Amino acid sequence: MITLNINKKTFNVDVDPETPLLWVLRDTIGLVGTKYGCGMAQCGACVVHLNGEAVRSCVTKVSRAAGQKVVTIEGLSEKNDHPLQKAWIELDVPQCGYCQSGQIMSAAVLIRENKNPTEKDIDAAMNGNICRCGTYLRIRKAIQLAAEIQRKG
Amino acid sequence: MKQHTERYLLPVKTISVLAVILSVIVFMSFSFKNETTISSLKSDTINKDSIESVKAFMDVYKVLMSPRCMNCHPSGDVPLQGDDSHIHTMLPQRGKDGKGIYAMKCMNCHQPTNLEGLNKPPGNPNWHLPPSNMKMVFEGRTPNQLAKQIINPKTNGNKTLQQLIEHADDGLVKAGWDMGEGRTAPPLSHEEFKKAWITWIKTGAYAPKQ
Repeated sequence: MITLNINKKTFNVDVDPETPLLWVLRDTIGLVGTKYGCGMAQCGACVVHLNGEAVRSCVTKVSRAAGQKVVTIEGLSEKNDHPLQKAWIELDVPQCGYCQSGQIMSAAVLIRENKNPTEKDIDAAMNGNICRCGTYLRIRKAIQLAAEIQRKG
Repeated sequence: MKQHTERYLLPVKTISVLAVILSVIVFMSFSFKNETTISSLKSDTINKDSIESVKAFMDVYKVLMSPRCMNCHPSGDVPLQGDDSHIHTMLPQRGKDGKGIYAMKCMNCHQPTNLEGLNKPPGNPNWHLPPSNMKMVFEGRTPNQLAKQIINPKTNGNKTLQQLIEHADDGLVKAGWDMGEGRTAPPLSHEEFKKAWITWIKTGAYAPKQ
């Protein structure tokens, strides 16, 4: 039995410790906001926070998350009012939406660590999150807007 | 008058010759500075043999310049990847501490262990590049440059001679020989590499001429 802390709730799951965290989140616990894109850490659709860091849950074994703090897109804020979520809604960022959970979770680390990101900072942080629909320009604008919302408090 | 002049010149000549000899001694002590640094650390373990030393280093060089080692000792701030040492896809950056930045810190994708299957990130509990203030670049180094860089505490991560010897068994160094499917191992086994490494150091850590 593995004990997990996900979005501030405790879950005891009876799974093989080698199972990727992604499948435990989606299939065992039922949190389907985190997506499977490639299964090999190449696309970023599966990004969740492990102790605040943007790990790729498709390759992270659930044993690595045991007893640690996990946050998924569902838990990024209590009322869907994280600055990124506000910016994403305001600028109508998603197209198909599949990559967007991962995009937001990666961007959340960026604006937490850098209150005033430049375009180069956005490149450095977000290069690992790909979008087949090409919403990159809206993602960039939304990150800048979210940083501004965050600065204004 | 002539006698007086000769008597005056004699001490001047003596002093001049002594001054030249002293200058030569001082100059030589500066140019042998490297040898002094190495031999002063643990002189009982050093048996200087420049030919053996350089020969051993050429084996060390072969390994350090192979992709499994060089890929994480790039000249730029993005690691290299694959047997062809192309720039790592998605361009993760070194960062100040060598552990990556923002949402692309090394251990976000690189797990504590290797993963099954091709083209998945290789794993180690301490995956990182050298820090930005001591990049320990291998890419593009000649044997002469690399040898001098490794033996100098100012460019080798502040390692003493003994720490350098021990470094051959460092966890991340050894991971170079166990990086998962589809990655060619270094050209020597770890045991052969370690032997060449220690031989190079213990015979005086000489740098090849080129």
